[in-house]
Amino acid sequence: MVQSKKERMSGNEAVAHAIKQINPDVMPAFPITPSTEIPQFVSNMIANGEIDTEFIPVESEHSSMSAAIGAEAAGARTLTATSSCGLAFMWEVLYVAASNRLPIMMEVVNRALSGPININAEHSDSMGARDSGWLQIYAENNQEVYDNTIQAYRIAEHADVKLPIMICQDGFITSHAVENIELLPTNAVKDFVGTYEPEHYLLKEDETMAIGPYAISPYCMEAKRAQAQGMINAKKVILQVAEEFEKLSGRKYGFYEGYELDDADFVLVAIGSVCGTIKDAIDELRSKGKKVGLLKVRVFRPFPGEEFAKALKTAKAIAIMDRCEGYNANGGPLGAELTTALYKEKAQAEVVNIIYGLSGRDVKTEDICRVYEKLEKLSQGTDEFGPYPYLGLRSNESADRI
Amino acid sequence: MAFKAENINETIAWQDLTEGLQIHQAATSKGFETGEWRTNTPVFLQEKCKQCLLCVPYCPDSCILVRDGKRAEFDLKHCKGCGICVAACPFGAIVMKEGE
Amino acid sequence: MRVLTEIRWHGRGGQGAKTAALLLADVAFNLGKYVQGFPEYGPERMGAPITAYDRISDKPIRVHSNIYEPDFVVVVDETLLHTVDVTRGLKKEGAILINTQKTKEEILPLLHGYEGEVRIINARKVCMETLGKYFPNTPMLAAIVKVSGIMEEEVFLREMETSLKHKFAKKPEVLEGNMKALKLALQEVQ
Repeated sequence: MVQSKKERMSGNEAVAHAIKQINPDVMPAFPITPSTEIPQFVSNMIANGEIDTEFIPVESEHSSMSAAIGAEAAGARTLTATSSCGLAFMWEVLYVAASNRLPIMMEVVNRALSGPININAEHSDSMGARDSGWLQIYAENNQEVYDNTIQAYRIAEHADVKLPIMICQDGFITSHAVENIELLPTNAVKDFVGTYEPEHYLLKEDETMAIGPYAISPYCMEAKRAQAQGMINAKKVILQVAEEFEKLSGRKYGFYEGYELDDADFVLVAIGSVCGTIKDAIDELRSKGKKVGLLKVRVFRPFPGEEFAKALKTAKAIAIMDRCEGYNANGGPLGAELTTALYKEKAQAEVVNIIYGLSGRDVKTEDICRVYEKLEKLSQGTDEFGPYPYLGLRSNESADRI
Repeated sequence: MAFKAENINETIAWQDLTEGLQIHQAATSKGFETGEWRTNTPVFLQEKCKQCLLCVPYCPDSCILVRDGKRAEFDLKHCKGCGICVAACPFGAIVMKEGE
Repeated sequence: MRVLTEIRWHGRGGQGAKTAALLLADVAFNLGKYVQGFPEYGPERMGAPITAYDRISDKPIRVHSNIYEPDFVVVVDETLLHTVDVTRGLKKEGAILINTQKTKEEILPLLHGYEGEVRIINARKVCMETLGKYFPNTPMLAAIVKVSGIMEEEVFLREMETSLKHKFAKKPEVLEGNMKALKLALQEVQ
């Protein structure tokens, strides 16, 4: 294990610092709040001669992702950063990156999609792109987004994976909050990440290649199944990389983090910055003898449904928290996928899918305590929820709010 | 390992495909003889040709060959018989005939 | 001494309230504390009321919500007292610090009957005497350190000198003015 340096910085600064330590080859980017600081910091580092990354200013996010695809296909270790409608504007080309098996890293600073137009934290942007073939890893705080960034290329570029990766954090809540952090020495990061040596790439001497072909029906299905295998293999690789990272840093990562989970009767499942708030609420309720716990989702793509469901098997009631409205009259994306996984695992718990924190709506520990209280009543059959209630919603109907 | 066009056919299993269907080889279209699709065939009338070579860039399949700066014969292995060259020629030096 | 101190800043876009909040987090971090410094963001621009927060703790900070019951409130611009409910949720064991040219008696009626301690400072005066320009965040930073007692004044000044020296390595005259402003502010808090 190496000695980490104690520092304080915002989530965006933490990401920029990791990028500085990795020194990738190419970064095409277009600014959008709240991720703008990332290309801004990286541009400064380049201007100061601290790194030799080639920065490509582009005219849109469609172009930044297209340029990233070109650079990665050429053989360069590439990254970009975006948020919200910027990610939405990349939509078409996200699939091109994934299907051509280009391990681009993208820092996603999660922000609401329109409308109403809003700049604050929500997971609707990356959740909208959840089936685009990209890996997705989420962070609770600046430390995690830093650590995830360092692990990203090792996962994405692995020969069994070869898929692009989104490293996500909550807009403003972590991206713009200065908090304590422990930074690894740059040489240790460089050794850990290693150099990028793809087997085939467009600028390779003595080899010509064709990339991104049209495929007729007799081949397309096989091609897509082959791509899916990268996502399936990623599960093993994510854990291997996390194990190595733990040896380096002493910080442990997996598909999820359980907090007071093992004996918990009432469990919240959530993604991102709200998990810190949930942990504080748990400490408060545990001191009153309540058996409450948290399953914090770190990896959403691939979706480790079996592992999540096994960890939740003994819970009596589960609230699946989505910072994203699914607009499907049924709940949010985490709710849908985890409920399926619980069914396959024959879990007996009562399950409710709760929408919270849309467009930066603040979540307090009291709000979380209220959810646990409702879960307990739900398991006793003395309370029930509407189909998928909202946390902290102003509503004339009691069934759709908590 | 390099993957060539001849490794692919419609019996291949997904496990044997490359990532993103990459092919580690250039000019693989040469091996695909699209001339077999042709129902009408262009005929070159050399006496009318002024060697302007306008037909060359118009051909979507690069089937009009140029040798020593002069218009050569059609590459009928790949010509699909689309007739664009007929429309492109200002001198009526190409005409279409029915059949191959 | 509190394990966790929570501070809410009220200012106007462009006055440096966010910067002051982050500077305070910086100083506390240098003293070995766990810190959280964050602004509440919206579409605000220059002159619009803005809020920023600090958590300073002896233990790691995990909560990621805004601060609703602060120990201290700092008001960087007194004109906010007419439009923003600055004492909302403020603990009566805590204190409010206001940058004003008025007297406490003139200010009190604007505080909705707040029962806790009210402290004032004329940051404009401090700035003009030491910096020659109005940058209220420097004196407000010193003043809240004094009012909150989160660190000893001497330690604070030493830390600030180190960090300002680093920041203004090429402009030593700026360092001097800022240090004077900090010291004068510590005296001027009423």
